[in-house]
Amino acid sequence: MSTTTDFSRRQFLKVTAVTGGGMLIGFSLFNEANAAVDADVVFAPNAYIKIGIDGVVSLMAPNPEIGQGVKTSLPMLIAEELCVDWKKIRIEPAPLDTKFGNQGVGGSGSIRGRFTPLRQVGATAREMLIAAGAQKWSVPATECIAEEGMVIHKSSGKKLSYGELATLAATLPVPATAPLKNPKDFKFIGTRMRDVDAHAIATGKPLFGIDTRREGMLFAMVSRAPAYGKTLSSVDDTAARKVTGVVDVVKLANSVAVLATSTWAAKKGREALVIQWADTGKLENSADYTTSFKDLIAKGAPTPSRNDGDIDAVKAGASKILDVVYEVPPVSHGQMEPLNFFADVRDGKAELYGPTQVPESLRRQVAQQLKIPAENITIGMPRQGGGFGRKLQADNGVEAALISAAAKKPVQVQWTREDDMQNDFYRPAAMYQYRAAFADGKLLSWHQATAAINRGPRNDSYIAGSLANYRSEGQGLTSNIPTGAWRAPEHNTLGFAAESFMDEVCTELKKDPVAFRLEIFEKAKSQPVGRIGYSPDKFKKVVELVAAMSNWGKPSPGISRGFACWFSFGSYAAQVVEVKMVAGKPRIHKVYCAVDCGTVVNLSGAENQVQGAIIDGMGHAMFAKLTFVKGAAQETNFHSYKFLRLKDAPLDIEVKFVPSEDAPSGLGEPALPPIAAAVANALFAATGKRIRKMPFDMEMG
Amino acid sequence: MPKYNLSVNGKMVSVEADADTPLLWVLRDNLNLVGTKYGCGVAQCGACTVHIDGIAVRSCMLQVSRLANSKIVTIEGLSATGTHPVQQAWEELDVAQCGYCQVGQIMAAAALLKENPHPTDEQIDKEITNICRCGTQVRIRKAIHKAAQKIAAK
Repeated sequence: MSTTTDFSRRQFLKVTAVTGGGMLIGFSLFNEANAAVDADVVFAPNAYIKIGIDGVVSLMAPNPEIGQGVKTSLPMLIAEELCVDWKKIRIEPAPLDTKFGNQGVGGSGSIRGRFTPLRQVGATAREMLIAAGAQKWSVPATECIAEEGMVIHKSSGKKLSYGELATLAATLPVPATAPLKNPKDFKFIGTRMRDVDAHAIATGKPLFGIDTRREGMLFAMVSRAPAYGKTLSSVDDTAARKVTGVVDVVKLANSVAVLATSTWAAKKGREALVIQWADTGKLENSADYTTSFKDLIAKGAPTPSRNDGDIDAVKAGASKILDVVYEVPPVSHGQMEPLNFFADVRDGKAELYGPTQVPESLRRQVAQQLKIPAENITIGMPRQGGGFGRKLQADNGVEAALISAAAKKPVQVQWTREDDMQNDFYRPAAMYQYRAAFADGKLLSWHQATAAINRGPRNDSYIAGSLANYRSEGQGLTSNIPTGAWRAPEHNTLGFAAESFMDEVCTELKKDPVAFRLEIFEKAKSQPVGRIGYSPDKFKKVVELVAAMSNWGKPSPGISRGFACWFSFGSYAAQVVEVKMVAGKPRIHKVYCAVDCGTVVNLSGAENQVQGAIIDGMGHAMFAKLTFVKGAAQETNFHSYKFLRLKDAPLDIEVKFVPSEDAPSGLGEPALPPIAAAVANALFAATGKRIRKMPFDMEMG
Repeated sequence: MPKYNLSVNGKMVSVEADADTPLLWVLRDNLNLVGTKYGCGVAQCGACTVHIDGIAVRSCMLQVSRLANSKIVTIEGLSATGTHPVQQAWEELDVAQCGYCQVGQIMAAAALLKENPHPTDEQIDKEITNICRCGTQVRIRKAIHKAAQKIAAK
């Protein structure tokens, strides 16, 4: 046995030498478990693929899994072109390494960015294996094909497995180009593939950052400022150090960490800290936002972000002006896995492991703050209990590194839910004022004037470009309460306001909401005004598809319907929500959603993303709200910060994708922006009450 | 630190912990049974759901000192290799997105089906109150029905 291992190790080294040494660098970054697999690897034509003489094919998942399905769908792209048996492959989460390109996750970008490159990775290796087979049989490569991990000589029917060909393939030159499959020949892309971790999840295996356990590791909890505007003044850790299990207390710039032998001891130690916090900044109340937003909007932005025609001139001749205000509160990310990070910083080296959407940024920040060369910092990314944009900030990883460096010990920093709620980069509170002018039963103009915390909204409704008179302006209200990306940033709440207002416009015009959208797309196509950032034809198709799915226009007893659609991250989503009155209260019964996201890679995962975005968007619209009093979040945990639960979820969400051979566009986010409006529009149809403010449950009473 | 003898997944184990330590952290930190997850610590989200004497209970607020005569079952003990019908249904319907809350969902569903082998949608909605931010609720409901069918077919 040892002979075999030695042989393959030598082969492995030889291969990496031949192919440019890529894997050798990666090798040192892998943990022990993966190293055992690597011992038998003989063919590693690039950073993503390893094939052993035993035929085991290992594929790297280059971007971290945060629930968006890329640990399954990205390897599917490689496997498609590599022509392997999906059941026989192993998938490994890639550690941070420049060989893997951009390893961040956000903006619904992983599949978009990697669709062709990862297929090329697979195709290149396939061509080398085919060449090896052809060489063994002394036949032209054109007479051979690859299928399910075998190279086959078509006329003779001779077969060799990838394992049998791996050693020879490793000696062959890497081709500069390799042909990609015709989409009609896809075996994996477009099929339903179960999440590669489905079994590990259902059996509770340690997949997540919070599950990290290392020799000598301490558990840490951190006391951070209890409100925005407060900073650390002094700390007395005498009592904390006396708590059984507490090992060390570390003071950082604006926080204090307690290190202990268990999570509970760390938490008790933290509670025993006596800290003085000084008021050094503004202590904000979110109740003041409404007035401030109104003032900003009344003043008007110095320059509109879009200004087609002349809305002021049109207004003068209007017979009716619709003028309404929509408002949304700040919300937390509330990803199910509270933040955490493992760090071991000793002897000028740092090993980091934990949940992040931005590993490159984390490495850069740790290198800078700890003065450690980037090459001495390794970062591993486990499966993550949700992202939703929270981990686009690397604060959790940087903090863990600083604590480990100060304590000179491996440490797992664990955040409580309360920590997460008070130390977030929130979805910003925002106000949207809409004004539309009408005359002779026609819409003349549309004016979107908005204000939001820290940054003015910059996006437009798709009506921009189909209307002669359109203006939009967005302004930011500066705050020391940090805001950031939250699933479908800006689109998430703009979609609610704009699509609800669209429904109000339809009501005013007595137009069918679906028919009115189709008119918009027709105008955008035939008489475009200014820039149009979407394809009216594609948009029309998803609207027509969801109308057909939901029997739109055909009344159904006891059912009220609401419609909305939105374009974001390159994809189109149209939705119909059905509401039923149950015991005098509206209940969301069913949702229909049509999506055009180009090529669908994993049908099961894609459908799950769409259903999830719908429930996520609906739940936050109905229930979520954060209130800040003197800089402190008043909703500190899930008893007061409410989430949708099963009883509020629709019984069914029917999803259809427009068949497409176009390159994939985004999917983790695009189904979220329209849902809040689709729900509000359905509630209006059911009750006659127009909801213009989140959360809906407070508006509905 | 006091010692406690607990019955976990059919075995007696001895742990040293403060009397007020929640079972969740005893499972995770003392016994390295990390399948049970921390989500909120206030018995709201259900990520920490385990079975105590066959009943689904949130372990994050359950003090270790009160469990001397209880039979505790975690996901690691629900079945040795994921053969419980609820686990199978979860896999077959590809329920999970991030997967973090699903152990709690599975434990809650398994306890429900033990009590009520054929729950209606309304009964499921009433009994399963766990949070999933990814939005897998529709698949969760379907998986519970599927698991019910599997149990009935046995």
